[in-house]
Amino acid sequence: MFNSSPHQRASNSVSNVMLQVVYAAIPGAAALFYFFGWGVIFNLITCISFCLVSEALTLKLRSQPTAAALKDNSALVTAILLGLALPPLAPWWVAAIGSIFAIVFAKQLYGGMGYNPFNPAMCGYVLLLISFPVAMTAWLPPAPLAEQSASFTDSLSLFLTGRDLDGYYLDTYRYNADGFTMATPLDQLKTGYSMGFMNDELLSHPVFTDFAGVGWQWVNLAFLLGGIYLLARKIISWHIPVSMLIAMAVVSALMSLYDSGQTIGPIMHCFSGATMLGAFFIATDPVSASTTTKGRLIFGAGIGIFVVVIRNYGGYPDAVAFAVLLMNMAAPLIDHFTQPKVYGSPSKTPEVHD
Amino acid sequence: MSTFVAVVLLVLLAAACGALLGFAAIHFKVESDPVVEQIDAILPQTQCGQCGYPGCRPYAEAIANGDEINKCPPGGEAGVKALADLLGKDIVPLDESLEEAAPTVAYIREDECIGCTKCIQACPVDAILGAPKLMHTVIVDECTGCDLCVAPCPVDCIDMIPISDKGWSWPEPAQRIPVQQVV
Amino acid sequence: MNRGNDIIFHSSYQIHGGIHPPENKAQSNQSPIQDLPIPPQLVYPLLHNDRPLTPTVEVGERVLAGQIIADGKEATSANLHAGTSGIVSAIEEHSLPHPSSDKGQCLVITADGADEWAPRSALKSAFEQPREALLEHINQAGIAGLGGAVFPSHIKLASQVETLIVNAAECEPYITCDDRLMREQASELITAIELVLYLASAKQCVIGIEDNKPEAIAALEEAIQLRKKETDLDIRIGVVPTRYPSGGEKQLIELLTGQQVPQNQRPSALGLLVHNVATLYAIYQAIVLGQPLISRVVTLTGDAATKPGNYRVRLGTPINWLLEQTDTQPYERCVMGGPMMGFELKDLSAPVVKATNCIIAAGKNELSEPSQALACIRCGECADACPASLLPQQLYWFSRAKDFEKTRDYNLFDCIECGACAWVCPSHIPLVQYYRFAKTEIRAQDEEKRKADAARKRHEFRTMRLERDKKERAERHKKAAEKRKNAAQSKGEVDEKKATVADAIARARAKKKAAKDSSS
Repeated sequence: MFNSSPHQRASNSVSNVMLQVVYAAIPGAAALFYFFGWGVIFNLITCISFCLVSEALTLKLRSQPTAAALKDNSALVTAILLGLALPPLAPWWVAAIGSIFAIVFAKQLYGGMGYNPFNPAMCGYVLLLISFPVAMTAWLPPAPLAEQSASFTDSLSLFLTGRDLDGYYLDTYRYNADGFTMATPLDQLKTGYSMGFMNDELLSHPVFTDFAGVGWQWVNLAFLLGGIYLLARKIISWHIPVSMLIAMAVVSALMSLYDSGQTIGPIMHCFSGATMLGAFFIATDPVSASTTTKGRLIFGAGIGIFVVVIRNYGGYPDAVAFAVLLMNMAAPLIDHFTQPKVYGSPSKTPEVHD
Repeated sequence: MSTFVAVVLLVLLAAACGALLGFAAIHFKVESDPVVEQIDAILPQTQCGQCGYPGCRPYAEAIANGDEINKCPPGGEAGVKALADLLGKDIVPLDESLEEAAPTVAYIREDECIGCTKCIQACPVDAILGAPKLMHTVIVDECTGCDLCVAPCPVDCIDMIPISDKGWSWPEPAQRIPVQQVV
Repeated sequence: MNRGNDIIFHSSYQIHGGIHPPENKAQSNQSPIQDLPIPPQLVYPLLHNDRPLTPTVEVGERVLAGQIIADGKEATSANLHAGTSGIVSAIEEHSLPHPSSDKGQCLVITADGADEWAPRSALKSAFEQPREALLEHINQAGIAGLGGAVFPSHIKLASQVETLIVNAAECEPYITCDDRLMREQASELITAIELVLYLASAKQCVIGIEDNKPEAIAALEEAIQLRKKETDLDIRIGVVPTRYPSGGEKQLIELLTGQQVPQNQRPSALGLLVHNVATLYAIYQAIVLGQPLISRVVTLTGDAATKPGNYRVRLGTPINWLLEQTDTQPYERCVMGGPMMGFELKDLSAPVVKATNCIIAAGKNELSEPSQALACIRCGECADACPASLLPQQLYWFSRAKDFEKTRDYNLFDCIECGACAWVCPSHIPLVQYYRFAKTEIRAQDEEKRKADAARKRHEFRTMRLERDKKERAERHKKAAEKRKNAAQSKGEVDEKKATVADAIARARAKKKAAKDSSS
């Protein structure tokens, strides 16, 4: 057994990196819990248990050491990202199916940690979005707007059986004070545009008080806070989130200039939906993202552009998951063409073989 | 009328596509070695003739004409794999009648050599030096280890010696996390 | 380069990447360099840079200190000298100071305790001697790069350059031998610099040094100022920030000049010559004192060292003897060189050689245990740390898949094996070992290919030659036949009568035969 140099190492480890991501997600999770109630916690718990169990079982099937792999905390991060992305009080099996798909199909079947070309959490999310569009877009109104909020026991009952203790369905809780069914701000806008409404009319809706929608803006700010923590701890580099947010702002500003009536504005884009969660927690997943400096800038910008385009023209209200998966696909190519200039090399562009 | 337009359009489209393909065929042509050269480059050039052909190049030509790719013991399994990759064939095990052996060089026990020059004539790469009635010797660096010189020697003074270790080099790091046995 | 009048300048150029490992230099740089006693036996590996050396003395012969005991045929080897007087007691297999811990041919000298020297030949008035004489003197003294590369100095010095760069960065943690040498021998070093400037016809000298060695900087500044009063000299001290691996030759050049040495070229392409502090001191010893390279300063450090510090050690001193003499406690692991690029010694009977700059007797938990490597998560930390701007994660990927063509495309051979990538890797992947493995595999494949090509050429030539011989033989036979025919013809004219007779006989025979055939 030969121990090659170096004989010392920095004290960082994958499990610590992953743990920091989990810590950084706490403010965002807290904000979600504050605005959307117990469902967030149920989702998280379900995702964590199903992710860990399916990770352990698949590792066992692949005759890989289970304990060491579980300790790297990567399944935990996948579980938390998925859990935070799901609508609260969606039935428990939604979280379960998403978790199993994310771990078994999107991660372990590709070879486990480090080998998955796509972000597992987003694979799980997209599978759910396509398979169960109704459940996946049924968001509760944020607490300040809700006519009635579900208690812990009601929430648990809704989560497990689809009805609360009095036998009411989830839709009951989705009415706001005016008696309208609530949707997320982005959903609201999308539906509004398709019915021919203009921004002026739509933005007067109570959901849009403050700068980017009640509740959602605070959720996004909380994730931004977590993201800044990750940047400060050097867990992630600034390239992907910054280029993604700039690309979103620039593209949406240009689109607003062209058509201010029926496009979503830059601030709305950046502080609504899953933008901040996506920018700092999902797009920065190192395994499936680009790894070169220039490549990261392109990768982030690509996600930003796709998010804006899909939100405006696509069939779903939010687009972070789709955008991330699309750019995951392009990551190897981006990496290939953005190799850094090696010390002493004559040309800026590395030669490309095959 | 509309049929006519459709036909004309399709013809134009076909012409345009054809022109594009023709252009690409000329301007983006990928220069590549003829397949015989590529096969020859993979073969180990021991010129030992174990494949049944008089040298590596004739075997390369034979492979190009459809002969089996598993007749080269010096190339070993790795050689078969490389050929299979190149030609898009299945990997087949080495011909059973042939054995993959460790690389060797010929060594002439010089005090026994009678200077008959038979080995010199047999050597496919001119790696043996000597003159009639004078002792012969092998240029170790040029010897391919084909052992064609062994049989002609009337006094059996040629040995094939395994090439000694290339020297120490860094081993490949262990890849898998070893499964820890819990007793 | 910034051209102030001050001796000291702070360079503003930067390199890509780099890391900040704990320096751990204070353990060993507090006390002056001490002489280590001469051991009873000195062991000299008959190898220089993995190439064999030929002994020039016989077993049983008595040798004097400074006498040449082995030399190399190849340009990249350097002479070996006896470290003390004594008897050559054996040429035998002995543990080598090498990552493999393999054994190899070594020459063993049993010291007689007299430490009697062969006549020393200092070069008087060196600046009036022709350059060739100085180079030969350095060659004879067996001087090679003491920074670790052990490339023979006289070859490097033969090129004519603009600027001499003295590599005094000593960026590896733990090592302080150059630091102490600069503090204690500053004026000798300045003399050596003057000699090298003269040798390489260089106009100026920059001493590149990390800012964590203020005492050494002060000592050098003082020595330069003193010397400047006597003569006109352009020697300056370029202070660079402490950041591993600023002492890499190419990295130091970029830090001081802002220029990059072009790929596959030497610093001389930029008109630069880089020498390490210890090498310069050896040059000083050889030319001014007439003393060949028989000792060097070695840093002994690590938690297990009770007397950490720098020791002047005769080359050939077994490392376990060095540890015994300094009362070193039982150690956990022992590393020769620094923690970033050194290698672990398994057998401590291996001797100190020219490349030995540091011995770390590590205590418990001082060096990281090789832990289980996890999968690469492509976090890119390694790419951020790589001083050569490579993509270590991609190189790892391709090395592991044995896709060696790709590793070459990704410039594996620009890797300087500094270990910064492996140091930062959160998955604890032994990246450097993967690169070393890939490099040796590629070299072996290249060698195989070269051999195959040579064999193909020789075979083709042989086939061609055989065919040519055959053709020539046929040609010769044809010519001979023609000659015979011609000869026969010319003869024929003379003997026409004879021919007619023969013809007649033949005809008669044929007739007879025909008659016989028909009758039977």
